[in-house]
Order: sequence, then C-alpha cells, then structure tokens
Amino acid sequence: MTAVTTAAPPAAAPVLMLRDVRKRFDGVRALDGVSLEVGAGELVAVVGPSGCGKSTMLRAVAGLLTVDGGQIAAGGHEVAGPGLNVPPERRAVGVVFQDLALFPHLDVAANVSFGLRRGRGQGRVAEVLALVGLDGVSARYPHELSGGEQQRVALARALAPRPAVVLLDEPFSHLDRNLRTTVREQTVQVLRAAGATGVFVTHDQEEALAAGDRVAVMRAGRLEQVGSAEAVFHRPGSTFVATFLGEADFLPGRRCGSLADTVLGPLPVTEPGSGPCQVMLRPHEVGLEPAADGDAVVTRTEFRGASVLHHVLLADGGTLRALLPHTAPLAPGTRVAVLALVEHPLAVFAG
Amino acid sequence: MRQDGRRGWRLVVAGVAALVVVPVGLVATSILTPSTGVWAFLWRTTLPGQVLTTLVLLVCVVACTLLLGAGLAWLVGRYRFPGQRWFSWLLVLPLAVPAYVLGFVYLGLLDHPGPVQTALRGWFGVDVWFPEVRSLPVAIAVLSLASYPYVYLLTRAALTEQTAATYEAARVLGHGPLRAARRVVLPLARPSLAAGAALVAMETLTDFPTVQYFNVQTVSVAVYQVWNGMYDRVAATEIASLVLMFAIVVIALERVGRGRARFHQTGGARHVEPVRLTGRRAWAATAGCSAVLGVAFVVPVVQLVAWSTTTALRTSGSGGLDARYLSYLVNSLTVAALAALGCATLAVLVASAGRLGGGAASRRLARLATVGYAVPGPVVAIGVLAVLAGADRLLDAVGLPGGGVLVTGTLVGLVYAYVVRFLALAYNSVDASLDKVAPSMTDAALTLGAPPRQVVRRVHLPLVRSGVGVALVLVTVDALKELPVVLLLRPFGFETLAIWVNQLATESRWELAGLPALTIVAVALVPVVVLFRRTLHEPADSGLR
Repeated sequence: MTAVTTAAPPAAAPVLMLRDVRKRFDGVRALDGVSLEVGAGELVAVVGPSGCGKSTMLRAVAGLLTVDGGQIAAGGHEVAGPGLNVPPERRAVGVVFQDLALFPHLDVAANVSFGLRRGRGQGRVAEVLALVGLDGVSARYPHELSGGEQQRVALARALAPRPAVVLLDEPFSHLDRNLRTTVREQTVQVLRAAGATGVFVTHDQEEALAAGDRVAVMRAGRLEQVGSAEAVFHRPGSTFVATFLGEADFLPGRRCGSLADTVLGPLPVTEPGSGPCQVMLRPHEVGLEPAADGDAVVTRTEFRGASVLHHVLLADGGTLRALLPHTAPLAPGTRVAVLALVEHPLAVFAG
Repeated sequence: MRQDGRRGWRLVVAGVAALVVVPVGLVATSILTPSTGVWAFLWRTTLPGQVLTTLVLLVCVVACTLLLGAGLAWLVGRYRFPGQRWFSWLLVLPLAVPAYVLGFVYLGLLDHPGPVQTALRGWFGVDVWFPEVRSLPVAIAVLSLASYPYVYLLTRAALTEQTAATYEAARVLGHGPLRAARRVVLPLARPSLAAGAALVAMETLTDFPTVQYFNVQTVSVAVYQVWNGMYDRVAATEIASLVLMFAIVVIALERVGRGRARFHQTGGARHVEPVRLTGRRAWAATAGCSAVLGVAFVVPVVQLVAWSTTTALRTSGSGGLDARYLSYLVNSLTVAALAALGCATLAVLVASAGRLGGGAASRRLARLATVGYAVPGPVVAIGVLAVLAGADRLLDAVGLPGGGVLVTGTLVGLVYAYVVRFLALAYNSVDASLDKVAPSMTDAALTLGAPPRQVVRRVHLPLVRSGVGVALVLVTVDALKELPVVLLLRPFGFETLAIWVNQLATESRWELAGLPALTIVAVALVPVVVLFRRTLHEPADSGLR
C-alpha cells in the first residue's frame, strides 16, 4: 500500500539530502526510513497529519535532535551519519519556527543580525529586511509588530546568514485564516527572490498544494509519496494520500485494460490492469442530474459557501459525494442520475 | 563525533552535582569508618541524652508549627474577620526574624535581670516565681514561632489551590464544616503539610546556636562543640552523620506523609466562599492573629529598636556607631554576595544545561545538585571541611603551601557550604524563569550559528534576568542571616553581623546586639515583603471574589 512514487530527483546536485533517516522516541518510530532530495532553489512542502513525524524530520535536518540512523547532507556537506552529528550551529540550516521564536529582548535589527558575524551585520540586515519588505522597522521590538510583520522578521533572520537550506515549521499556523494566504504568498515570493532552497512543514493540504514545488506526503514516520502538486493530488500513490489531500470517494469496479467498469459506467483509469479495483472520484468530478427515474438519491447536503456538497446513495449501496454550485442545490430525497465529469484518467487502486 | 559541546554541558551539571553531593557523601560514609575514641567517649557520656533531646525538640517543634501554621492558614483562608486581608500576608513577616534573634530577644526580656521579671519582682517581691527561661519548652516555643511561616505559606498555597467543588461535595454529602475539613480539605493539603513539616525539621536540626541560648543540647550542638572545642574533624564528622540520619528519617517520613494519593485538582477557578465571622468569634480570630504576629514579630522588632536607640544614645558622644558594625556588615555582605554570585552562576549553568545538554540525565543531575537545601547546615559544613581537608592534603602533596590553609584560612569553605545549601533557592528561581522561555528560542539561537556558550550569554541570560535577580536577592539574604554554618566554617578572626549578634547574645549583652540584629531583620524583610506579599495576595484576592 505504501507505493512511494518518488518524482525524478532534481537535475542539479541536491542541496538537501536525507537517506533512510530513522528516529525513535520511546519505541515509537517517529522517522521510519525517510529519504528525500531537494534541489537548489526548490521549495518542498511536507504535509501530513499531526504526529506523523514531519516536525521531527525538520528538527533532524536542523540538528536539533540526534538521528538513530541514516544520513543527512546539507549544502554539500554531510551533517549527520554514522558517527557524525554536526551540532545545529555549524549546519548552515536556517529555521523559521512555528512560534517564530523572535528574541523578545532584541530589536528587529539585532534579531536579524543574530546569526551574522560581528561587524558584518548592517549591510546584510538592511538587505534582507528590504527583501521581506520591512525597511522601516529595524529599531522596533518584536512585540511592537503585527503578526505578519513578525513572520517576515523571522524569515529575514533565518535568511540573513545565507543558509544552504531554510526550514519552515508550520510557519503560518499562528496567523488567522485571512492573513494566512497573503503571508504565505509573500513568503514564497521572498524565498524565490532570495533563491533559497526550502522545506516547509504543514498539516494544511491546501497550503502544501499551493506553495510547494513538490509535495511530500508523510504518514507514521514515512514519506508515502513525493511529487508535484498535480501528481500527488490527481495520481495519489495510496488511498491515504488520496483522502488526506482532499475529499475522495472510491467506486468499486473491475479493471479491463485502461478502463474500469463501475456503477457509473466505464471510466478511464491511470494504470491499466485487470481484476477488481477501486476508482478514485473527488466530489468536484461528480455531476448530479435530477431524474425521476434516477437510481441514486441525495441523502444530505452540506453548505460550503460557494458550493454545496451533496451526499449521494448509489443503487449498489455505495456512497459518493458531489460538489455542486450553490445556485443549484438539490434537496435531500431528490432522485438523481450520477455522472463522472472526467477530463483525465482517474487514480485507481487494486482491491 | 562532534557532539562534544553537548557532552560538555552534561559534564558541567555532573560537576555541580558532585560539588554538592560529595561533602554530604563524605559525612554519610563516615558511619562506615571505625569509630574514634572521642566518639566512643561521647557515646558513653553526653550523646544519648543529646539524641533524645533532639528527638523531643523535633517532634514538639514540628507539632507546634503544624498547629500554628496550618491553623492560621485555615483561619485566614476560609474565614473573614476584621484585619483578615492584612493578616493574610503579615503573618509571613516572622520569616524575617531568624530564630537566634527571636531567641536572644526573649532571653533578654524574660530572663532574671530582664524587664519582665524585674517588674514582677517590683510588684510581688523578690521571691516571685517565674518559669525557667533557659529551658527546652522555651526553646521549642521560640523555634516554633520562628519557623511556623513555612507551614503557613505552604498550607495557604494548598488551600488556595483547592477548588470549592470537593469541599462543597463533602458538605452536600452530609458533612458539617469541620468534618468536611477533616475528611477532604486536610487530606488534600497533606503533601503541603508534610513538606512544611520537613522544612521546619531541617531548620530545627540546623539551628544549634538558638538552642544553645536555652541550654538545650542537641546533636547539632555536639557537632559544634566537638569541632569548635577540640578541632577534631573526624569526631565532628561522625556526630554530623548522626544529624544526617535524623534528616534522612525526616525525608522518609515526609515521603510517607505525602502518601500515594493524587492531589492535583483539575480546573475550577472557583474557590470556597469564606465564612464571615461575627461578634465575639470574629474578634477572637483577630486577637489570635494579632497575638501570634505580636509575639513573633512586633515585640522582637520593637525591642531591637529600643536596644539600638539606647546604644546609639549612649555612644553618640563617642561618634555614634560602633566601629565594628561597619566592618562586620561589610564582611557579611561580602560573604553573602560571593555566595549569591556563585549560586546564581551555577544555577544559570545547570538550568541552561538542562536545555543544551538535553536529556533526562541532565535533569536528574540537576535535581541532585539541589539536594543541599534538604541537608542540615552542620552536615554540609562538616562535609565541606572534609573536602577542604582533602584539598589541603593535595596542596601539600604537590608542594604548595597547604597545611590547613583552605580549612581555616580562607572564605572558600564558607562560600562553598553556602553554595551547597542555597543552590536550590537560586536554581528554582532561575529555572522557573527559563521555563517561560520557549525552547524554540534556544533552538533558534543554535540554528543561527550561536554555539551553546553564546546561547547562554546572548539569549538565556538576558531572558532570565528577573529570575537571576530573585536568586541573587534570596541567596544574599539567606546567607546574610545564616548563623550555624558561618560559626562552623568562618576563617579564624573573621566576624560577620550574625556572629557578632551570637557572641553578644551569649555574653548577655542584649543592647549591643540590637543594632546588628535589627540590620539582619531589615535585610531579611526585603524578600519577605517583596516576594511573598505578591504571591500571597493574588490568590487570596481571587479566593474572596
């Protein structure tokens, strides 16, 4: 079930490399053989449910914990491996912490210059503050800034020493929803402008899909799938990845070549084969037509603002969900005909 | 391996823990060595009586402080009567009057030549009967009055933590207020009572100067007499191990007293509604609190002021202050400042190592490094002597001028003993402060390239400044008013205010002792007023709302 479809590694030599990294906490495998390569200037989003080990992975890369096995290399230097554990202060890895961890006793300039060698500070401080768009605040203290500004100071501080890799641990979770998207876009822009290589951890699928060049889906200490946002969303390697990244239903069917025969008729699938299978359909790929002689029935609806999610009971006893525009909601009890709105082959799983 | 930095931190904590544990360990292991002639002689003559006296003193003082401390805490916490809010924190003030000061003030007041007996003789003739002042009961009374605030503070805190729900549950289940108190409130406060009792017992075991005023011979007095009278370190160590055994029994009893039950209460910000006392009962409550406060604080302070003024007036012709006063004050402050700096430095190191060295090992070692507060002063002092004697021998062996220089010639031993004794005070305040600094703060500094030493200097130290400040104040004050350890470990000819007070008190020159004693009380008042007033007042207020 853990079909790891590692996307083609980046062309240039990886800036960050994890190979079979392991870490146990009191018998629990927090990292159970994690391998990942991140190329120069790439931004990888690591996403997974809470407790899956994604923050542990960041801490392992930063050197904030000692791994039990495997290798880590950052910026072309091995930093962790058999008999080797470079302390965090010598790893050239920058971190933006979940709670930002701005030093409350230092002003913005001193925070940003914390990681710089003495005397070389001022020019670089001004440079990174300009990069994050915070020119005028260098004499202020963290508590005098807004949440979004604090976020940018933390980013500037992490970037100032020109680390090989920047790690961001749930960097937007402390912001309220409205601000989050804006700050996320700014952050991605800044990372791009700085040419930084980054890994950021989130439990928010939308965030991962929107911001990462590649998305790594993590579960129980393992990377289940690594690939582009489109790949992991439309061609999930496992039902876990499929359901974690968005709502998904599975239609039982029988595969015959590149088509699967289901209750909705023959559907194109990504992987040809034969025998019983499960075809993944996301709610936006399902259409409903009111029909007096329809063999499916709407059981309940969920208002989602711009659209309405319909739960549908199929003739064979299975269920599906369909996302319809809010202009055309169907009342529970309505008999409907169900159709698959597919422009591309659907993900398919054996069984 | 490039993990050296981290291991270094663990070594730092291990070193500090060893610093604290070795002296105590040396005293403990002396039980295993063959007994000396002095020990055998003492065991045949005075020691059994001293052991018995110690036992009686401990049991009585603990019982009295429990009654007084817990009773007052209950009264002030659960009832309203005139002055209740004020008494809530005023009753802590006696913490600023060391037992030896309280002791000599009452000796001066009550002894045969004192004003009380003189007045009685004036009224009833020279044959008027008066109980013997220099006796065990009076010593028990003095020690109890001086140390009840420990029990009071801990019980007060326990009562404020208790939510109304359990007490009210007992009431609706058919228990009257007193029965509910006995069956619910008291058991819930049991760990605090046990902790308070243990604290008082340790103070009582430590305090040989005070009991000596009252001719009470405890094992701690024996330690002092053997060391001070015969300079027999080995015999002193053996007797100190006896004191240590008492301490171990006390700690064991505290563990038993704490019990196995869970005492944490979840949620519930609501506290028990205090009962308003009226009429005679209200005034009885006020009078009771006033009496304790009067006897334990007001009377001694007024008397000290009176004696100081008398002395000042008498010496005003010859330049006012006794010249010794200033030089002894400087000595006291020097020792106290050295101890405070030592404790604060080690506390910051140990607390930081808990973060930077990481791991449960560091935390266990940190706990070990703070056991000194639970070891009676004479044990620490004699243990430090043993360590220094070893160091002296080492100096001799390498050809440096040793010959007992460290033992008797320098402040090293005294400061060392104070660090052992007071490190817990400093560590607790620094660690509480560091607890409020998010771990990510440390991580951030590390990932920005700051090596651990810089993390301590540039991040931890500025952020725990308030905790370090509190640590400095607490240790300075405790070291300044401390007497037993300084009596045992002072370098030859070195005098402090506390030693001077003790010497004048032993010579019954009460009036001269007034000013130095008053100085000690005034200094000791600083943390009591600043720290405890705040901590007591907040919960007390929320309890009333």
